[in-house]
Amino acid sequence: MIARLQWSVYDTWTITRRDLLTWIISPVRVIGELAFPIMFVLLFGYVFGSGMVVPGGGDYRDFLMPGIFAMTMAFGIGNTMTVVATDIERGVMDRFRSLPMAPSAIVTGRCTADMINSFAGLLITIGCGLVVGWSWHDGLGNALLAVALLLLLRFACLWVGIYLGLIVGSPEAAGSVWGLLFPVTMVTSAFVAPELMPNWLGFLAEWNPLSSTVGAARELFGNVGANTADSWIGSHAVLMAVVWPVVISAIFLPLSVRRYQRLSR
Amino acid sequence: MDELAIVADGLRKRYRDTVALDGLDLAVPEGTVCGLLGPNGAGKTTAVRVLATLLRMDSGRARVAGCDVVSEPRAVRARIGLTSQHDAVDDVLTGRQNLEMFGRLHHLSPRAARQRADELLERFGLTEAALRPAKKYSGGMRRRLDLAASFIRAPRVLFLDEPTTGQDPRNRNEVWDVVRTLVSEGTTVLLTTHYLDEADQLADSISVIDRGRVIAAGTPAELKARVGGSQIDVVVAAESDVSVAATAIELACGGSPSVDALARRITAPAAEPVAALSAVLRGLEDVGVTAEDVALRRPTLDEVFLQLTGRPAAEKTASEEVAA
Ligand SMILES: Nc1ncnc2c1ncn2[C@@H]1O[C@H](COP(=O)(O)OP(=O)(O)OP(=O)(O)O)[C@@H](O)[C@H]1O
Ligand SMILES: [Mg+2]
Repeated sequence: MIARLQWSVYDTWTITRRDLLTWIISPVRVIGELAFPIMFVLLFGYVFGSGMVVPGGGDYRDFLMPGIFAMTMAFGIGNTMTVVATDIERGVMDRFRSLPMAPSAIVTGRCTADMINSFAGLLITIGCGLVVGWSWHDGLGNALLAVALLLLLRFACLWVGIYLGLIVGSPEAAGSVWGLLFPVTMVTSAFVAPELMPNWLGFLAEWNPLSSTVGAARELFGNVGANTADSWIGSHAVLMAVVWPVVISAIFLPLSVRRYQRLSR
Repeated sequence: MDELAIVADGLRKRYRDTVALDGLDLAVPEGTVCGLLGPNGAGKTTAVRVLATLLRMDSGRARVAGCDVVSEPRAVRARIGLTSQHDAVDDVLTGRQNLEMFGRLHHLSPRAARQRADELLERFGLTEAALRPAKKYSGGMRRRLDLAASFIRAPRVLFLDEPTTGQDPRNRNEVWDVVRTLVSEGTTVLLTTHYLDEADQLADSISVIDRGRVIAAGTPAELKARVGGSQIDVVVAAESDVSVAATAIELACGGSPSVDALARRITAPAAEPVAALSAVLRGLEDVGVTAEDVALRRPTLDEVFLQLTGRPAAEKTASEEVAA
């Protein structure tokens, strides 16, 4: 029993290590992945940002950065999905399944690797925010709490990514699915306050799970735009930033496990 | 009695409306090579996936290396190697990193995994490419890396699904050599292929499968005897010589030849190919006929199929598609 546990830790590390090696060998991927949030900061912070209005007034970039952080986490769905789908199509998943390794390690290794990557990505995006003049104003404790909530969102996205990756089964299909999902990650309070959108769109944006994390991050970082909404969902951001990811994980984790087991049908 | 390394008993598997395995039986003695021969869609890959614990069968029983495929999958996995139809390697990692990773997943220590990786790279002629990402490998190199990955633990039973498809003759020979070496060290091999020639080169026994069941089994020689063995094609220089040559060839081969007068070609079955060939050459010389071309050829897979099923291998897929 103990031996089994030890092996599953060893196997998880081997799979995690595989992913980390990828980053060392192919820095282009790192740069590509990091370029995305940086591009968003520049695009929205400077190009569109000049025309943006922040409810309650204040600096737009101060408003924007928590939105970018949450988006970076949500984009993780696309990454996870593509990696899983590629492994299936290339037969690497089959090879893993034919080895005497702990089967759970295929998933726990993926988890660990993606969380490490995302954490690194988040730190760099935060650094990028500091460069353009964003900062937290409410103490380091609250700031760390905000980071924890962002990572919780990434954790939920991980399971959505694994599930979709197992279903689509090829990187090309993963690309198309991500094309459909991408707008969903955009209809949020990340760039524009929902109050300023048409009613129906504002409603969708407020109830988008991403928006709760965005709102909570604004609140905990002490940035502008927090708690300006008068709707229930808008004023319970921190609570919902815990509830949403937990609910999403509770749905997609068992779905992923079931889907994984169905590979042998 | 020989120990059996692979026993399959009435394997059945269906995908919605396709029956992939329809009561497949196999018995492969330890230390031998069994070739699974069959056209596209015959169920070869499905059989391999079931035996390698990747796919659950609907009914039937199977033991691999002494362990039950369904109730002891982990024990089976510790004793097998699998090379699937794709090259299942990580594109981004280097050849060496790939083998190291798979070694660790075989529960070798990091140091042992690295050592084994280097040994395998050497053995498969990949040492020079060891530090290059697998993405940059040629098709043949990828295939060899993939094979190396399934040899990490010198498996008791090795499954090879079309190991040489898409390989040039040199690579094909290399793969065959590696398989032979492994077998001489005691590994049992189950090999799927479309090529009669490949099964002939490697296999001690062949099971011809079609529509999910074994339709013929035996040693390569037995199977070839069933389709009439090799054929001798003789093309004579002058049309006037055809009938004389045909008589000489009939005498030499002992079977009645078929004659294509227009092409000046005489074809005769040759049960003992080498003996028949020299007899034919001598016979032609005796009657003073000049041969323009003499060729000994093996029956093709199509001929085997035509003989065994009464229809060519290729036609099957077409009729299957119509039915689907
Ligand atoms: N995942 C699947 N879903 C549905 N049908 C499948 C699946 N896998 C295989 N089949 C069907 O099962 C049958 C047997 O397929 P299998 O892949 O075992 O054939 P094969 O002998 O390996 O063929 P090939 O020579 O083309 O590799 C085929 O008719 C195929 O269409
Ligand atoms: Mg196949």
